[in-house]
Amino acid sequence: MVTERRSAASVRARSAIDDGRWFDAGVNAVAAVILLIVLYPLLFVLSASFSDPRQVMNGEMWLWPVGFTLDAYREVFNYGAVWVGYKNTLFYSFAGTIVNIFLTTLAAYPLSRRDLPGRNVFMFVVTFTMFFNGGLIPTYLLVRDLGMVNTVWALLVPNAIATYNLIVMRTYFQSNIPWEVQEAAHIDGCSNVRMLTHIILPLSKPIIAVMVLFYAVGHWNAFFNALIYLRNDALYPLQLVLREILIISQSSYLDEGGSSFGMTEKLLLAESIKYALIIIASIPVLIMYPFVQKHFVKGVMIGSIKG
Amino acid sequence: MLLIPMAWYILFQYGPMYGLQIAFRDFNPARGITGSEWVGFENFDRFFSSYYFGRLLWNTVSISIYSLLFAFPIPILLALLINEMKGERYKKLLQNVTYMPHFISVVVIVGMLQLFLNPQAGFVNFALKEVGIEPVAFLEKAEWFKTVFIGSNIWQNMGWQSIIYIAALAGVNPQLYEAAKIDGAGRWQRIRHVSLPGIFPIIVILLILDIGHFMNVGFEKILLMQNSLNKDASDVIQTFVYQNGILQGDFSYSAAIGLFNSVINFALLVLINRYARKKAETSLW
Repeated sequence: MVTERRSAASVRARSAIDDGRWFDAGVNAVAAVILLIVLYPLLFVLSASFSDPRQVMNGEMWLWPVGFTLDAYREVFNYGAVWVGYKNTLFYSFAGTIVNIFLTTLAAYPLSRRDLPGRNVFMFVVTFTMFFNGGLIPTYLLVRDLGMVNTVWALLVPNAIATYNLIVMRTYFQSNIPWEVQEAAHIDGCSNVRMLTHIILPLSKPIIAVMVLFYAVGHWNAFFNALIYLRNDALYPLQLVLREILIISQSSYLDEGGSSFGMTEKLLLAESIKYALIIIASIPVLIMYPFVQKHFVKGVMIGSIKG
Repeated sequence: MLLIPMAWYILFQYGPMYGLQIAFRDFNPARGITGSEWVGFENFDRFFSSYYFGRLLWNTVSISIYSLLFAFPIPILLALLINEMKGERYKKLLQNVTYMPHFISVVVIVGMLQLFLNPQAGFVNFALKEVGIEPVAFLEKAEWFKTVFIGSNIWQNMGWQSIIYIAALAGVNPQLYEAAKIDGAGRWQRIRHVSLPGIFPIIVILLILDIGHFMNVGFEKILLMQNSLNKDASDVIQTFVYQNGILQGDFSYSAAIGLFNSVINFALLVLINRYARKKAETSLW
């Protein structure tokens, strides 16, 4: 909407004295450079995953795939740990997001009501944790004492609410749902639970979409909690498997696959598998992104400016 | 309705704060938190006099300062740039492309850095060779660590962080631009005297929030990028807490270091907030 306003202004500007042509050219050129810097590494990974590893390692590939091959993908598909990780991450993202949305809504809605007794006290209790917390070690000991170490609960419960998201959601309820509607429903005998499920939530689809995106992406990309709380690799999320392949080991895991290549081929293939893995690991998030993208700018705006 | 989330807050947020007292005790799992012996500031003394203290503090503080200096202003500049662009589709393209890296996980980002910066087979070094520069093993050199860390952070987050500023720029009254134009202001002057003051409160708020996490420096990524060769530059307080606490089980000592970190963060937040309220008339509370 702003852009429309602005371009209307710029039409008028053009008729007046215009110092803008060089300025516009400069703006567009800088934009092109930024576009290139951000996009190039992404395209490079994509092309390298489809290329002959030998040519990638020799520096013959610059932008488009050379020696097109699907070997790397074929090899990843045969690697069991990747699929275990994928399955686990899907579960953590799905279950975790449900827990997150449930608890965040349960906290955000009452806190948005101006008739909540002691609201400021509750808000203080919540906000204070954004600026001060017990830190890594006491949190770890607590989770351990609750017997959650090495269980899926460790990834679902200790991070059930992100305070920042809670405040974004509360602000949305406060500013986008007219208080009069709630009062009227209340007078008509609507209970609090029914108010939330029948009035508030149907009016809050954009913010829920934003929250689902934030939380789900968070779960998909998280590795640190799994690193400290999980010992059993059958529970490992994808990111921990990736960490092992991309960052720690060089290529040894390949031996398990029992592929029929010679040693140097194996080493080469291990390199291109890394590119294929990066693509496979990022695809779900990138698929989700265009669907919620139009909502999130709104979500970020609401939360940050008024929060 | 509020009871369940409040119970969660008490248990998982305030529970660890209660557990922080182990920083002042000699924590013995068998005797529990309150049963362990009280040792006062002994754990802190041990940290302040340790060999690592100077290096940890310097790395933490310098990474944070460089981030504030370089990574903080770039999203603002990007937002101003996008705000000045006229081609609707080009603008959308730039926005959507720059948001994208934000959604890539840290593990993948560090994996990409390793592939790209590899001294034998990474494209960055091939490009350097093209222009006649010797390949550099960026990730194994302590002197390159901070540059690579902050540079890749900028690459990943500038677009995402610019959203807030773009939204704020959208809220600037267009009549102000009109008025400035009538008074003969050029494009630069309009940016300086209309756009920038328009988003100034948001800049201050985000700066305060950033400074509130001054000592945290994105340690999950540092942990992934760390290796024995770049440790001189990559050892920060939080990675040290992880290594001593979680890996070696030295709970009281690392809880004390973690507390030291949190207290500095909190003190900085309070100070900068007070300063901003006085000078810029904008503050968090």
